[in-house]
Amino acid sequence: MIFQPAIIALLLAAGLSLAMLATASPFAVQLIRHWDLGSGSERQLRLERLTYLFSMMVALVCGLQILSTLLFVFNADKMSVMFVGAMCAVGALNANAYGFPALYAQLALFFFASTWLAINRLDNQARDYPLTRLKYVLLLAYAPLAALVLYLQFNYFIRLEADVITSCCGSMFSEEADTVASEVSAMAPRQAIALFYAGLGTAVLLALWHWRGAGRRVWSGLAVGASSVVAFFAALMGIVAFVSLYIYEHPHHHCPFCILKPEYDYQGYLLYVPLFAAAAAGLAAGVLTLFARRPSLATLAPQASARLAGIAAAGFALFLAVASFMVLSSNLILLE
Amino acid sequence: MLELANIRKAFNQGQHNEYWALKGIDLEIPPARVNVLKGPSGSGKTTLLTILGCLARPTEGRVRLKGEDISGLPERFLTEIRRSTFGFIFQQFNLVRGLSAIENIILPGYPTGTPRARLVERAEALLADMQLSHRRDAKVEWLSGGEQQRVAICRALINDPEILVADEPTANLDSKLSAEFLAILRRLAEAGRTVILTSHDPLVVESEVVDRVYSLRDGQLIEVVDTRRAWP
Amino acid sequence: MNRWIEKQRHLIDFTASSLARRKGKSLGLLVVYTLLVFVLASVSLYTHALRNEATRVLAGTPEVVLQRLIAGRHDLIPPGYIEKIGRVRGVQKIEGRLWGYYYDSVLKANYTFMVPSDRRIAEGEIVVGPALERSRGLAEGNGISFRAYSGELHTFIVSEVLAHESELVNADLVLMSEADFRRFFAYPDGHYTDIALWVANPQEVRNVGLKLINALPDSRPILREEVLRTYASIFDWREGMMLALLSAAILAFGIFAWEKAAGLSAEEKREIGILKAIGWETGDVIAMKFWEGFLVSLLAFLLGYVAAYVHVFHFEFALFAPVLQGWAVLYPSFALTPKIDGLQVATLFVFSVLPYTAATLVPIWRAATTDPDTVMRS
Repeated sequence: MIFQPAIIALLLAAGLSLAMLATASPFAVQLIRHWDLGSGSERQLRLERLTYLFSMMVALVCGLQILSTLLFVFNADKMSVMFVGAMCAVGALNANAYGFPALYAQLALFFFASTWLAINRLDNQARDYPLTRLKYVLLLAYAPLAALVLYLQFNYFIRLEADVITSCCGSMFSEEADTVASEVSAMAPRQAIALFYAGLGTAVLLALWHWRGAGRRVWSGLAVGASSVVAFFAALMGIVAFVSLYIYEHPHHHCPFCILKPEYDYQGYLLYVPLFAAAAAGLAAGVLTLFARRPSLATLAPQASARLAGIAAAGFALFLAVASFMVLSSNLILLE
Repeated sequence: MLELANIRKAFNQGQHNEYWALKGIDLEIPPARVNVLKGPSGSGKTTLLTILGCLARPTEGRVRLKGEDISGLPERFLTEIRRSTFGFIFQQFNLVRGLSAIENIILPGYPTGTPRARLVERAEALLADMQLSHRRDAKVEWLSGGEQQRVAICRALINDPEILVADEPTANLDSKLSAEFLAILRRLAEAGRTVILTSHDPLVVESEVVDRVYSLRDGQLIEVVDTRRAWP
Repeated sequence: MNRWIEKQRHLIDFTASSLARRKGKSLGLLVVYTLLVFVLASVSLYTHALRNEATRVLAGTPEVVLQRLIAGRHDLIPPGYIEKIGRVRGVQKIEGRLWGYYYDSVLKANYTFMVPSDRRIAEGEIVVGPALERSRGLAEGNGISFRAYSGELHTFIVSEVLAHESELVNADLVLMSEADFRRFFAYPDGHYTDIALWVANPQEVRNVGLKLINALPDSRPILREEVLRTYASIFDWREGMMLALLSAAILAFGIFAWEKAAGLSAEEKREIGILKAIGWETGDVIAMKFWEGFLVSLLAFLLGYVAAYVHVFHFEFALFAPVLQGWAVLYPSFALTPKIDGLQVATLFVFSVLPYTAATLVPIWRAATTDPDTVMRS
């Protein structure tokens, strides 16, 4: 266990997310069982008031995930000096089997929370709150996910041992200490570039099309959702396989995190902010079209979906533009 | 304008001190008239006013505003309707202390997202109408009772509501100020606004300004009297 | 969109003026909040600067230092060892070093005596660190006598005082010529304290270490990266301990924030009741309260952080220095190089703003869901 502030902060944030979702769960069950908008009974009024609290909580959880994902990556980067062979965050995350799963679980929780917020927003626009029960069924599924995040993070940190000078006699590295893998495995650049532009281009076009169609076509909405997920992964793969190389101007440094560091002028934020916003919006655009059949959402759901698709298209396009610009303005020559 | 059908309202539901404040009320409020809810304290007139003014939801029964059923609406939408359709004047005036007259008047306009300049412009027009322009920037706690009352009226009118709701508006006013207040109400009704107020002040109930009086007792409507004009 | 922005502007206006109307309460919260940020930021800025300082100093040291061990204890390097290592691939420079400790009974402090490799010092002269300059009142040209362990008295002339820039490391340093050093400590000829090796390619360092162990089995190579790693974990650990001690303060702050948010005065309750009655929605009140928290947090964070910055970098961490520092009798008084980093700020944020937000969540919700008809029922 490495005892340091950023780790305590991360565990605190994960613990808080879990605590909030866990305390919300019994109320969510009550809500699912007794929700009856037609009634003016005091219980119903109380339940309606509770929904405000839950929206606040999920918004906070969502924000917390963004913050703690950043913290997690920065912290891994800082800790990398402590592990033999680790050059940056990737190495520190590879220090044991829980590093990357913890990061993925955090990202999953972020996307779940952002989708929930989109559903919540839509639901709050319809006078009969048609999705309330569904929302709280979903909320019930989030507490275990938050628990998983905490579990993975805790295991990751508890199993970290810094390779420090420990004994006065035998030098530690004579025992041939294990070194950790310091790079993520990457695809060949040529394939990655093809996948990158194809995936993101498709996502942009589909999202634009859905947006132009005012979100009325259900299947184009679903396509936006699916293509956003694909584009998100294609983008991450592309960053690892070639975009990062062009930024570092180094043919072998495949790190998706170092681009966030001041040494590289924080260029990573220019990539990740539009990418995450677009992926979250695209995913939500897909999910929201599923509700267009409910009578009170017949116009609201396509509207909201189209707007989100617009955001997704803009985000992915911006991401593509920024990434292409970084590649073109780099001094590295990767492909002849 | 506003219709109530079999409205019932309970407090402390399901507990030993459960209490039904309204026990089945049917009534209709006509547009552009001054309506008074009258009754002894505990008769349920304030509870009825909160339901008429969309401040609360009935436990049972239907509320229709211009033909649309709004009784089952969640607070979020009820508030939207209340903001655009109703203006409120309270017994204690309920102005926010520490803020100036004009700041109090524009408060209901905040959630609508109307630019401040437009809100201020409207508030100034209302203040001028009430002959209060000179008190524009005075803190409300420095105003006299009559001035506070008029600031409260301006605040109720800032979002240009069709219906004005007032709870015991003359309880803290002397006879002269009450008469002035009633004159203002008449002006508003003649301009096409619907006015609903509660009162047990004979000065109000018997005033010639009032068009219709609803008498309540023990949560039930016992009498409706048209007092002034002929109904169209 | 415009309407939304306009609305948020109204809400911020309102909440700012309502904070100003309740000066006592707002100020109390702000002071406590700022204090918490100040303490946490001081600790974190200080340890961070120390860590940087250590890294910076170590950057100039050799990649590998070779010590000889006898029965697990550090011993002198006998003659011929440097030759025995011979040429190792990747090693740019090999050098025997001479250094040792001297206990000064006048000051009851330890000095580090050292023969520099990068400069020549004339016999009979010494170069001293800033701590000696201060505590023994030395200046260039002064003479000073040290009684050697053999009992003999040796007198030296101070030819220079080292720069204050990196006092953390050179505070207690005394540099002298090789001949003086050997004479003073009666150090056997041809022996060295340890061997320093400079390696150009960082990837090679571990291989060099392995080769050294093979060539000289009784030796222990110490890699610079290992030292760095050890320092880093010591500093982290100290910061973590400090934080664990401060966790009670953070908890207390959370409770305090809860109290402040939950204990709305009658006047505030009345205000929220009025707002709800005249057409503010629950969400509007929540947004208004959110902005209140945002403004207070922002202000407290900025004030606390700036105060901590001044405290650490201009007043040398005067309030807490004894807790975190303290490894020598001669306290180095060093000016740290100011540095701020994102991880640190984000961590600080989690320890101050997050407890505040979490503690005020439920009270805000309670206040915001006041029934709109409350004002009419009172």
